Amino acid sequence: MSGGGELLLDARRVAKQFGGVQALRDVSLSIRAGEIYGLIGPNGAGKTTFFNVLTGLYTPDGGDLVFAGRELQASAPHKAAAQGIARTFQNIRLFANMTALENVMVGRHVRTRAGVLGAVLRDRRTRAEEAAIRRRAEELLHYVHIADRADDLAKHLSYGDQRRLEIARALATEPKLLALDEPAAGMNATETGELRVLIEGIRRDGVTVLLIEHDVKLVMGLCDRVAVLDYGAKICEDVPAVVQKDPRVIEAYLGA
Amino acid sequence: MSFLDRLRHSRRAALGATLFLGLLLAALPFLVGNGLGNSWLRILDFALLYIMLALGLNIVVGFAGLLDLGYIAFYAVGAYLYALLASPHFGLHLPVWAIIPAGAALAGFFGILLGAPTLRLRGDYLAIVTLGFGEIVRIFLNNLNAPLNITNGPQGISGIDPIRLGGVSLARPMEFLGFTIPSLHGYYYLFLALALLIVFVTIRLEHSRIGRAWVAIREDEIAAKACGINTRNIKLLAFAMGASFGGVAGGLFAGFQAFVSPESFSLMESIMVLCMVVLGGMGHIPGVILGGILLTVLPEIFRHGAGPVQQMLFGKVLLDPEALRMLLFGLALIVVMLYRPAGLWPSPTRRREFRGDAR
Repeated sequence: MSGGGELLLDARRVAKQFGGVQALRDVSLSIRAGEIYGLIGPNGAGKTTFFNVLTGLYTPDGGDLVFAGRELQASAPHKAAAQGIARTFQNIRLFANMTALENVMVGRHVRTRAGVLGAVLRDRRTRAEEAAIRRRAEELLHYVHIADRADDLAKHLSYGDQRRLEIARALATEPKLLALDEPAAGMNATETGELRVLIEGIRRDGVTVLLIEHDVKLVMGLCDRVAVLDYGAKICEDVPAVVQKDPRVIEAYLGA
Repeated sequence: MSFLDRLRHSRRAALGATLFLGLLLAALPFLVGNGLGNSWLRILDFALLYIMLALGLNIVVGFAGLLDLGYIAFYAVGAYLYALLASPHFGLHLPVWAIIPAGAALAGFFGILLGAPTLRLRGDYLAIVTLGFGEIVRIFLNNLNAPLNITNGPQGISGIDPIRLGGVSLARPMEFLGFTIPSLHGYYYLFLALALLIVFVTIRLEHSRIGRAWVAIREDEIAAKACGINTRNIKLLAFAMGASFGGVAGGLFAGFQAFVSPESFSLMESIMVLCMVVLGGMGHIPGVILGGILLTVLPEIFRHGAGPVQQMLFGKVLLDPEALRMLLFGLALIVVMLYRPAGLWPSPTRRREFRGDAR
């Protein structure tokens, strides 16, 4: 299944420092279109920092990121979303007091245009756009199998459904790359199995997936390629079977 | 809620209720004016102004979740713009249809001026800065009388032109089909029309892409950014929209009172408008309107009623009605926050939200 697609994300020597801590040391990795790419490493290895740099929440101290042939602008999350990078968060960040449907509708913001004037006058174009937003949001709730919870407040959804809703909201932005930050955290085996089916489906529908995950079984079974971070540096990048046997990886996980 | 549910599900019932409400609103000044006297009619006019203010602040506080304690500054901007452009102070007498939109625009500009440096602030920090902004505007108005006399300082500007519509001054009674319509009625209908316009705009905005973006920012700013919302622009838009409603209300206030002075734009006024929003039901338009009406009318009832009631009960006035008024007002606030923390008339989702927490 190893992706033979063209380069989608090319991160070159990305560095990020917090005070005295070097969270990312010249991390270079490249993700090809159509693959599921895993990013693993022990706690504090810099995985989430990389996500935050990638999605524009942090400004990198060095290096650059080229996405779909265009340089990513630092510290502009909404532009990253517009360019086609969507993400979920390690500690779920939903719009808690909006309904599930509204959460997904917000995800359509970046692909729609109606402004104040359109909203007030509600002309034909705005009405059509609004109807399309709603339709697409309903489809996406279906896609992640929580259509029956559409009118419930996000915070009243079960943990697993919240994870699904966050994925639906991310997909609503029509991403080329979907970055999932520990989507299986806190899930039981059944839920993890369902999640795996969902992620495979997303890839089949043409979205490249970048996955941070602690569940080694899930990562090894799902990903085409895996990169391992340790103390902010990439120590290994290869297909799962090779990564699993790499002595540096084993050392990083089990300690020297 | 069964009555409201019935309205929602039956077209005929909804039409009937709208018709009834329309007739009531149209007849209200006559009922109030004849039944209670002109001072109550004035209070009614003020209630409409406060509804506009509360709806404007509701966009910033209720929708976008940005706590603004200096909102009255935008009311002041609208009022002073009207006062300067239509009074003997500068000898300018521009028509109302030019000043009110200009007031909305200028207040909106001030909204952006306040919003731009405070974009990174939230909650308590934002509250302090906006509070300072409100005071700065008031102090400027108080002191811009030297070396160049712009605002006439603490004395304020008097002799402001009354609002004229189609050559008819609202300050004088009108003859209409043989009826004499008192001045306060004319203002009532004008204010009502503009308040309804603002209600309409707010409802439309609430259920739109922009309204959803505001609420998303309120709920989680980082997630909103990750969804591709340009939080800077959307927040500035909330500040500008909210402020422009305040500017409209301010212009009407100046024309109605024929006098403005910095005293009318104190911190207490900002807090009062905020109370209307919070007490009524933050983010829920009918609730905010209810809050605006109650907090304009109830204090007046206390003011007018506290003296006579004491006279009746004790044979003399024990407590100064003015002091009692604030006391009861504070008490009412505490009671509402204890028993209806989501406001008197919260939106269905907010109600669920509070119930959900209690579960």
